[in-house]
Amino acid sequence: MPQNAIEFCDVQKRYGDKTVVDGLTFHVRAGECFGLLGPNGAGKTTTLKMLLGIAEPDAGTIVLAGESIPARARIARQRVGVVPQFDNLDPDFTVRENLLVFGRYFGLSASKTRAKVEPLLEFARLENKADARVAELSGGMKRRLTLARALINDPDVLVMDEPTTGLDPQARHLIWERLRSLLSRGKTIMLTTHFMEEAERLCDRLCIIEEGRKIAEGAPHALISQEIGCDVIEVYGAAPAALREELSPFAVHTEISGETLFCYVDDPGPVNARLAGRQGLRYLHRPANLEDVFLRLTGREMQE
Amino acid sequence: MDTSSSVRTETGQRRTGKRHGRRIRFAMPSNGSHWIAVWRRNYLVWRKLALASMFGNLADPMIYLFGLGFGLGLMVGHVAGVPYIDFLAAGTVASSVMMSATFEAMYSGFSRMHVQRTWEAIMHTPLTLGDIVIGEIAWAASKAVLSGAAIMVVAGALGYAHFPSMLFALPVIALAGLAFASLAMIVTALAPSYDFFMFYQTLVITPMLLLSGVFFPLDQLPAGVRHAALALPLAHAVELIRPAMLGRPMTAAPLHLAVLLAYAVASFLICSALFSRRMTR
Repeated sequence: MPQNAIEFCDVQKRYGDKTVVDGLTFHVRAGECFGLLGPNGAGKTTTLKMLLGIAEPDAGTIVLAGESIPARARIARQRVGVVPQFDNLDPDFTVRENLLVFGRYFGLSASKTRAKVEPLLEFARLENKADARVAELSGGMKRRLTLARALINDPDVLVMDEPTTGLDPQARHLIWERLRSLLSRGKTIMLTTHFMEEAERLCDRLCIIEEGRKIAEGAPHALISQEIGCDVIEVYGAAPAALREELSPFAVHTEISGETLFCYVDDPGPVNARLAGRQGLRYLHRPANLEDVFLRLTGREMQE
Repeated sequence: MDTSSSVRTETGQRRTGKRHGRRIRFAMPSNGSHWIAVWRRNYLVWRKLALASMFGNLADPMIYLFGLGFGLGLMVGHVAGVPYIDFLAAGTVASSVMMSATFEAMYSGFSRMHVQRTWEAIMHTPLTLGDIVIGEIAWAASKAVLSGAAIMVVAGALGYAHFPSMLFALPVIALAGLAFASLAMIVTALAPSYDFFMFYQTLVITPMLLLSGVFFPLDQLPAGVRHAALALPLAHAVELIRPAMLGRPMTAAPLHLAVLLAYAVASFLICSALFSRRMTR
């Protein structure tokens, strides 16, 4: 395995006159978890399509698992597992059959695939559902089966498009735990996500893109201290504009998003003192997180 | 560099030169055998409901054969020198090949491509879109061979068809199955939803069924209509299958085979370019 599992160099993709990926450059080291973040329509899914050799870039070079993409995508995909954004499990088959049929696509013999099915079902906590139809599974079970299916070829690299979107918190935590166990086994994971908590927990490094361009890259905590670098007090329940006028002298920076006022503060004391005991106000003092970075960089206000 | 030269890439896309500023790409199979995994997937699903599926495929043509064969046969007596039901049996075989290949490639193919996203899942493996397209066409043709052969066996057992001469119809049935499957895949590649298939059924399939010598001899038609019918593939399938089943020599067999082959190859190329545009951008 080369040192970098994935390399994107100055990649560009246009649909008609619209440039959806614009000079994107990043790399994913072998064994790390890398997140691709961005608002809807930022180009995340297109980026993954190009990575897998399904869409052809208009310019730039892509390397996946040591193979040049798209020229050798077929060979690269032999060592890659994919968890797509929308479930595409085979509804005509049972849980077990889904894994058996998928093994064929990788050229695995029936006996070789069969030997892998039990451990994968166990990994996905689906031992008791082996003969259930896909329609009988809950959302979380479907995702875990999709993850198990992506592992049928024992891939070096896992590519996941919003792996926990639409799942309830329990199901999400179970997926995170499973992904961490894969990372501890040395797998490389590249994922896209909307959940900043997910990115903060799982990703060693991440890259935020907007309108197809990279706007930040780094380890989550480095990005937080670099972009925010102080604590945050969120205030809601009052007209935020009036509050902003009152509190901004005591904050490094203030922002309004919807009905919430965000005060970035080095010293929370003065702001807290002014808010204490006010009727109908709720406020929360917390360390800065990745969501603050994301919203700061991509704009607090809704863009749609 | 010469941009008009053909470049074969490992992703199974055959790229040709630029035309009107845009490349036309054809989804091509990655090798000679990968499509079998796709065929096999469809076969495994079919096997679960094989009996019901075969019944559904055969009931319709059998009703036509016996209903028209006996009912209409009473009135018309002999056609082309044989009892009407013997004449109709060959037409029923050919039309059921067309119907099963068409419906499998359109409705079931569309489900797998668009609704179930099965194709997307397969494209994330070492298989390519071209492998999928070939596997789907081969599968639809297999189902067509099954229904055509089953009707032929029934017709043979009841004495409406000539054995062993009818065995010559089998390769024709296979070729016709490929042609009708590929043709229907063009419609699937263009379809935004299931409703779209109705246009192809009413504007192409039904007229072809009525004008291709399935129910009555082609020479009953005015010359202009007859020539138009001969531009369509079903008439050529009938012209090959009927003599085989009636134990008569085939006339102009190379021409009829060539037309079916041309339909299969041209439709494959067109649908593979359309699928490439739809699925890999």
